[in-house]
Amino acid sequence: MSNRKGVYTGNELIALAAIDAGCRFYAGYPITPSSEIMEVMSKELPKVGGAFIQMEDEIASMAAAIGAAWTGVKAMTASSGPGISLKAEHIGYACITETPVVIVNIMRGGPSTGFPTAPSQSDVMQARWGTHGDHPTIAIVPGNAQEMYYETVRAFNLAEKFRTPVFILGDEILGHMNTMVELPDPSELDVVEREIFQPKDGEKYKPFDMSKGDVPPMGAFFRGYRFHLTGLNHNEYGYPTIEKDMIRQQQERMMKKVENHADEIVKNELFNMEDAEYVIFAYGSTGAAAKLASKVLREKGKKVGVFRPITIWPFPDKQLDEVIASGKYKGIMVAEANLGQIIYEVERVNKGRLPIKDLLKLDGTPVSPTDIVNRFEEVF
Amino acid sequence: MSFHFEARFGAIGGQGIITAGAFLATAAIMQGMNAVQSPTYTSQVRGGPTKVDVIISEDEILFNRCTKLDLFLATAQRPYDLYYTDLKDDTLVILEENLVKNVREDGRKIIKVPIIELAEKEIGLTVTTSVIATGIVVAVTEIVKPDLMKEAILSRVPKGTEAINIKAFELGYEVGKKYR
Amino acid sequence: MAGYINFEYYLRQDYRNLQWCPGCGDGAILQAFFRAVHELNISKDDMAVVSGIGCSGRISGYIDFNTMHTTHGRPVAFATGIKLAAPDKYVVVFGGDGDQTAIGGNHFIHACRRNIDLTIIVINNNVYGMTGGQYSPTTPTGFKTQTTPYGNYDSQFDIVNLAIGAGATYVARESVLKPVILTKYIKKALQHKGCSVVEVVSNCHINLGRRNKMKSPHAVLDWIKEHTVPLSRAKKMSEEELAGKVVTGEFVEIEKPEFTDSYYKLCESLKGE
Repeated sequence: MSNRKGVYTGNELIALAAIDAGCRFYAGYPITPSSEIMEVMSKELPKVGGAFIQMEDEIASMAAAIGAAWTGVKAMTASSGPGISLKAEHIGYACITETPVVIVNIMRGGPSTGFPTAPSQSDVMQARWGTHGDHPTIAIVPGNAQEMYYETVRAFNLAEKFRTPVFILGDEILGHMNTMVELPDPSELDVVEREIFQPKDGEKYKPFDMSKGDVPPMGAFFRGYRFHLTGLNHNEYGYPTIEKDMIRQQQERMMKKVENHADEIVKNELFNMEDAEYVIFAYGSTGAAAKLASKVLREKGKKVGVFRPITIWPFPDKQLDEVIASGKYKGIMVAEANLGQIIYEVERVNKGRLPIKDLLKLDGTPVSPTDIVNRFEEVF
Repeated sequence: MSFHFEARFGAIGGQGIITAGAFLATAAIMQGMNAVQSPTYTSQVRGGPTKVDVIISEDEILFNRCTKLDLFLATAQRPYDLYYTDLKDDTLVILEENLVKNVREDGRKIIKVPIIELAEKEIGLTVTTSVIATGIVVAVTEIVKPDLMKEAILSRVPKGTEAINIKAFELGYEVGKKYR
Repeated sequence: MAGYINFEYYLRQDYRNLQWCPGCGDGAILQAFFRAVHELNISKDDMAVVSGIGCSGRISGYIDFNTMHTTHGRPVAFATGIKLAAPDKYVVVFGGDGDQTAIGGNHFIHACRRNIDLTIIVINNNVYGMTGGQYSPTTPTGFKTQTTPYGNYDSQFDIVNLAIGAGATYVARESVLKPVILTKYIKKALQHKGCSVVEVVSNCHINLGRRNKMKSPHAVLDWIKEHTVPLSRAKKMSEEELAGKVVTGEFVEIEKPEFTDSYYKLCESLKGE
């Protein structure tokens, strides 16, 4: 561990960050372009006494991670779009049982088998609504190698803090690139440790206690008290209920524990924005391309800044609204490697105030800085 | 203007080009520069067109795919056709002369080397094609010091293959020197 | 056999919203399970019970252990995660015939293959009960259900053979009519180190019997009595005599490397690397 400076792929950085953040359980299934995460976990987890298992399918890997989480360990799984479609069943189970678990999606093209190993950002809405029913979502979109590491640590922290699944949406470009990164000493990291409920004076554990704020205390099996978990709507004790007030209160609390705390979850990078006249809104590897495009456009005399969300869910409503309401900007261009997903969120926040233009690209190649520069010159 | 260099190697899956890109990026990092290696490949593990972009810069590298190539190298026709984009007017083009036959004579400087023939005849192993190619690139561009390149190769190749990889690099380097 | 058992000790006192029809076999199976746990003196705190969806899935809600009521067919996958993360604890799965051999077939066979130390109790009532009586992979030929209105023309799984073929290292089958023997098998399954499968032949008069001229629980139990044959007797019977019969008994009891054991031995060997 002495020399932690080296050349790593984005996928390797996610795996190493997970271990540094205290992840001690990984269940997965092979799929390109995320398999390297599982390969690193299979090599590193046994060394630290953590558990690794290659399951029979994607559905089972999500289930095993949730099962393990309830024994008190930090757990993770990783996949790509087609695998996330399969995991969706248990992502819902993790939401309703309020299980902290980290889910990595190294996005590729779709639908279905789509375009293996080609980059895309087509799964951002899948992350938000991929499983059925009303549920909260936290999703992070790292935009460079450093963030593949540090945002993975943050993903684990958010999962613990809000007792909910957290997505890391990488893309093939970030997953497979090799670059030099100096990893910190794990002891220097800000890691949220799991606080496992310990009953006082024979107090009964309520896994969905509504009296202790928006996030109920997290318990664990085999700790001297017993409790029930179910995918059915349930009361504070986790027992199935058909009582309408209870169902509404629990559902609302589950949504609000993320909505009400959006400020603690949302994170953006504002690049070249101070004196900018136009804004490029882009995330992930497209966000990186937008930064370079902004430099190129500035050389050509166009004052362009970049609004790059690092948390995509919850959406940065407040922060984007402030930018639009400032009156400093003449227009927004949304760039994404899909045929239009996040642009509708930008339009929702914009409420018609600024002209919005798009750069939507889905052909198996990344949105490049050149694409952005050309499109910007065309529309603004 | 601070130093900035972008290279793209196009090849066929299985020729080891992605690893060759990683050697170059690693050597550049050893030399104190920023570098990224960013591969593109299809689900066809063997035989599909493959490319690797390498960016070396004194500045922070904001985007990890090439946008203005200083060098383009292809070891087969299909990747040559597919990845011949993002070139500048003065991009240097290096081609495997037996496999890239249909060449665009667009005014750019083109170096043709029978790389695979060298691998087969001089080294006796076709898989060393990509390492020979990096030897040529390092010799022609002088982008990294050859000693650091060797160090980078040694840090990433499997045990037991060190000697043959170094031999392949040195062969490419000697051939490349002629084209400086 | 030990004497008096306070079943209430194993039942949750703060949740008893019983979903089972009067006459259902699930209660008798639960009793056999409690008796096995009691006789082995296993602490409730040291056991996790995981169930799927369906009538059998509701078991986890009623019993006072660390319980997880999961999704349809997947309890074995959740249980695998629990067991691997807490290898020194007892992990029990309750599932039905639809749960374990249809939608959850993949997880079932892979747990058997891995020989992970789970006790999987498959309650086979030959039908999808909770969803209203559709045919399952174990519904006998000719039987009428809501989705085989003209009689079942589909083929069946033999759960015991499936488990054996997939590599389970303890495999037994008994009917709800023999709770004492069933208790013995569940006890052996809990004690066995490796993947144990106990199939329980159970009754559903509401959603299987009713449509097949067996309206009462007794009628279905009589049918079970008729078509189940103990292994000892079956050995003396001809192939013709065994046609349509379900053989009960212990089929496999062998030792093989157990998954979590192999995994943590590997961890031990890598210590300090």
